[in-house]
Amino acid sequence: MRYAMAVDTKKCVGCSDCVVACQTENNVPIGFCRDWVVEVMNGTYPQLEIEIRSERCNHCVNAPCVRCCPTGASHFAEGGIVLVEKNKCIGCGACIASCPYDARYPHPNGYVDKCTFCIHRIKTGMEPACAAVCPTKCIYFGDLDDPNSKVSSVLKKRKYKTLIQEAGTKPQLYFLI
Amino acid sequence: MEEELIVSGRMNHFIDPQLNIWHWEIPLYLFLGGMAAGILCIAAVYYIRGRENDYRTAVRITPFLAPVLLVIGLVALFADLRHKLYFWQLYTNIRLQSPMSWGAWTLMVITPVSFVWSALHIRDIFPRWNWKFKWLIMLEDFFNKFKKPLAWVMLIYGIILGIYTGILLSAFNARPLWNTSILGPLFLTSGLSAGAAATLILSKNKEERKQFARIDLVLIGIELFLITHMFMGFLASTQVQIEAVNMFLGGPFTMSFWIFVVILGMVIPAVLEMMELGKFHIPAIVPAILVIFGSLMLRFIIVNAGQVSRWLY
Repeated sequence: MRYAMAVDTKKCVGCSDCVVACQTENNVPIGFCRDWVVEVMNGTYPQLEIEIRSERCNHCVNAPCVRCCPTGASHFAEGGIVLVEKNKCIGCGACIASCPYDARYPHPNGYVDKCTFCIHRIKTGMEPACAAVCPTKCIYFGDLDDPNSKVSSVLKKRKYKTLIQEAGTKPQLYFLI
Repeated sequence: MEEELIVSGRMNHFIDPQLNIWHWEIPLYLFLGGMAAGILCIAAVYYIRGRENDYRTAVRITPFLAPVLLVIGLVALFADLRHKLYFWQLYTNIRLQSPMSWGAWTLMVITPVSFVWSALHIRDIFPRWNWKFKWLIMLEDFFNKFKKPLAWVMLIYGIILGIYTGILLSAFNARPLWNTSILGPLFLTSGLSAGAAATLILSKNKEERKQFARIDLVLIGIELFLITHMFMGFLASTQVQIEAVNMFLGGPFTMSFWIFVVILGMVIPAVLEMMELGKFHIPAIVPAILVIFGSLMLRFIIVNAGQVSRWLY
């Protein structure tokens, strides 16, 4: 099993619904977020091009945060999901410094927190909150090992890219272009 | 083509507009740990080579600073943790891939060793010291018998401690400025140089002071070489590393790095020490304080600049 997510940059309108849905679902403290929206504007007016991406933890195969963690609090759960075990985390910040995507934040309670791909929802057969709530249905989630999953079939049809693959992290958040 | 990046929905002040997760605690610890490592390594080397009587201060007196520096450093490290009460998790896990785990275990060895080494020489500071309890006297006899193995442990773990303070940063490939293996030897050399400077301040023996001025001079030369080497490596590397090093070559950290670290922390003390070794009389404390100050500034500037440097996407 290998969970992954694909975000369609052609369909995303940057409404930030995914951000709010995540904050509500996961009770994210005020001032922080587990996912966010990036808009990249290219060119000069009137020749403009825009790319909108809903970003979050890339649940990397070669995750630097898991490698750097001195206590093993950052670990791989089923399907390659990168999770933080609260009661093992000492809040040293090594994983935050090691993440090229800046996907982590220190929770006010001390431990480090991040996107979990809503593991509590996918265990019951639901989609992650961000994917479920998206009004343009531009977030595809599923198992890459299953050729019929939403994410596998969309990655077969469309061109895609990943972010900062030069960092050698083997990210699992795909952006359809 | 102009590119504009707008991030919305993210208001994390630890990350935006730039990483800001480590403040004064980590660089202070890196400096104190490095200096303690330097002091202990120098003491161990001279003891193992049987030069204890020639370099009495370096072997017997300066190591008293090491436990003090290490304890202050440990307090700083503890202050940096955000989930403080779980700190013991460091010692229920061994994670070979994590430099921080290596560091935690190294400190677990070298801190007690530095205390034992100081205790063995306590009569050099308090001549009439009496351990009072029989078991303490027996313990002293025991360690006195195995002083040479103890010195070897101190040397090996001192080197690991000195190098790890740099490797800790270079393991983060997310921050291009830190992502160079030169940081390990650079921080080790800088720590050794601060350790030699401590002996330079404390020693009352003219010959010993001369020797340590020479050692410092060599170490400063190595440091300057490593810094040049590091910058050359960056400039020949990828775009993100070129941008990272440009922070020191015209960017926001240019002034602080070249003035505090290179000129005040290396070049001026090197010149003063050369004058001292020649005919001039220079108070030893001046170059020594400058070296220690430069060593401290190096840690602060590298830690801060590293957090500014990033991948672009």
